[in-house]
Amino acid sequence: MLKLSDLSVHYGRIAAVQHLSLEVNQGELIGLVGHNGAGKSTTLWTITGVLRPSTGTVTFDGKSLVGASPDSILRMGVSLVPENRRIFGGLTVGENLRIGTSARRDRKQAEADVRKMCERFPMLGQFFDRKGSTLSGGEQQQLAIARALLSRPKLLLLDEPTLGLAPLIVDQVFEILQELHREGVTILLVEQNAARTIEVADRTYVMRSGGRIAFQGTSKELASVGDFETAYIGMAAEHS
Amino acid sequence: MATAIQYILDSIAYGSLFALMAMGLALLFGVMGLMNFAYGELIMAGAYTMFFTRSWGWLGMIVTTLIVVTVLSLVMELVAFRPLRGASPVTLLITSFAVSYALQEFAWTDVLGLSHRFNGATIGTGPQKGVQPYPWLTQQYQVKGVLVSKLEIITVIVTIALLVGMTLLLKRTMLGIQLRASTQDFRMAQLVGVKANWVISSAFAITGVLAGAVALLYVFRTGLVAPDMGQGPLLVAFVGGVIGGLGSLSGAALGGFVLGVIINILNASLPVKLHSYSLLFAFMAVIAIVVLQPEGLIAFRRGGDWLERLWQRIRKPATEGAGA
Repeated sequence: MLKLSDLSVHYGRIAAVQHLSLEVNQGELIGLVGHNGAGKSTTLWTITGVLRPSTGTVTFDGKSLVGASPDSILRMGVSLVPENRRIFGGLTVGENLRIGTSARRDRKQAEADVRKMCERFPMLGQFFDRKGSTLSGGEQQQLAIARALLSRPKLLLLDEPTLGLAPLIVDQVFEILQELHREGVTILLVEQNAARTIEVADRTYVMRSGGRIAFQGTSKELASVGDFETAYIGMAAEHS
Repeated sequence: MATAIQYILDSIAYGSLFALMAMGLALLFGVMGLMNFAYGELIMAGAYTMFFTRSWGWLGMIVTTLIVVTVLSLVMELVAFRPLRGASPVTLLITSFAVSYALQEFAWTDVLGLSHRFNGATIGTGPQKGVQPYPWLTQQYQVKGVLVSKLEIITVIVTIALLVGMTLLLKRTMLGIQLRASTQDFRMAQLVGVKANWVISSAFAITGVLAGAVALLYVFRTGLVAPDMGQGPLLVAFVGGVIGGLGSLSGAALGGFVLGVIINILNASLPVKLHSYSLLFAFMAVIAIVVLQPEGLIAFRRGGDWLERLWQRIRKPATEGAGA
C-alpha cells in the first residue's frame, strides 16, 4: 500500500532521514520507533507532502506522492494525526470534526459520520460546542484521531499520539488504535514508547539517530535481536 | 443634545467604514500572513469604476463596482501573491507595497485616458467631485432636531449587514470553518484536506467584496476619486486593526471602528486651526493604546482585572532587559 524506498530527506545540509525503506500493507499496523531526533516525524512529514525528499521514492497504491500537495495526498487516502495533536483550538469540537470531512463530497454521509464519531467517542458529543482548546490532552488526542478518521483514510499515520499523556490515557489511546486495527484500518504508528508499540504492531521498524533503519521485524523477531532491548526498549521504558 | 447625537451617528457611520476595511486586512493577515498594503488600491479601483459607470444608474454602478473590485482582488492574488506562497511575511509585505504603487502609478498614467481629465479638473480637484453625489442619498433630514442623511443610515446598516454576514459565513459554513482553521494553523488545515488555493482565493474574494463596499460608501460620502485616495483610509484601517489585534477578525473590526470614531470626533470637536492635525491626535491615542494594551483592544474583554494590569503598567514601566 505505502512504500518508501531509499528515502533521504535533508534540512539544508543536515540529513534527517537516510536511505529509509519501509512498507505498509493493507490492514497492517506498523510501528516506527526510535529516539528523539531519529527522523520519525520527518518521515511522516515527507509522506504527507509537507517536506520533499532529496532522493528516493514514496508511493501509495502505486502512485508517487513526491511533489503532491498535502491536501491532495489526503484526498488520495493518507491522513495524519500529527505530533502535539494540533487540533484547532479556536474552533469548537464539532467544527474540528467537521473540518475533518473537508475533502469529502458526500456531505450528508459526512454529517452522519460526524454524529457516529460522537457515539464512538462519547466525550466528543458531550463537549461538541466547546472550544477545542478547553479539552485535556487525552481528549484532544481523541479529537485529533476522530478528525483524521473522518476523511475516511485508507492509511492512518500517527505521530507520537501518547506524548505527554498520563499513563491511564496512554492505555486508552493504545486501545483505540488496536480497535481501529481490528476494524481493518491500516496504520503507521510513530512512537517513542517502543515497548508498547512493538506489543501492538504487526511489524516494527526501529530507527537509529541520523534516520537509518536499525532493525525491523515482528515483536518476537525484535526480542531475539541481542542488543535491541537494552539499546531501545530499555531507554524508552524508563520514560513510559 | 441633538448635535451630540448627530456627531455620534456620523462617527458610527465613519467608524463602520474602517471596521469593514480592518476586517478585510485581518482576514488576509490571518490566513496567509499577508499585510496587504495594496488594499487601499482596491478602494481606489472601486472609486474609478464608480467614476466610469456614473451614468449607469446607481444599481448598475454598485454591482459593477463590487464585481470589478472583487475580480481585481482575485487577480492580485493570482499574479502577485500566489507565486510567493509560503514566503516570509516581510517578502509578502514588500510585494504588497509594490502592487500598491504599481496600481497607483497606473492610475496616474494616461492609459485610461484619465490624466487630461485630472488637469481638466473633472476628477478630484477643487469643489468639483469625481462622482457627483446623489441628492436623495446625501441630503440631510431633520429628525427631532438631529440632521441625518440616508447615506449615514445606509452605511451603518450595510456595515452591520456585512459584519453579520461575515459572522454567519465564518461560523456556519464549511468555508468559514476552513478559513478560521487556516487562520490558526494553515499547514494543519491543508493536512485535513483544506485546499490552500481555495481558502486563499476565497479570502481575497471576501476582502474584495468588503473593499468594494467600502469604496462605494466612501465615495458616496466624499465624492473623491484620486489615484492615492486609498492610502489614508488604509493607514487608519491598518493601525485600527493593529490596536484591535489583527489576529482576530472581530478584534480588528472593533479596532478599526474605534479609531474611525476617534478621528471623526476629533475632526468635529477640534478647533478649526487644529483640524488638519486630527490624525496627529488620533495616532497619539494609538500610541497610548499600544503602550497600555499591547495585546490589542480585544484583550480588554478577557480577564476582568485589566484595570489593575493597566495600573501596574502605568506605575512600573517595562523593565525587562534594563538591568543588563
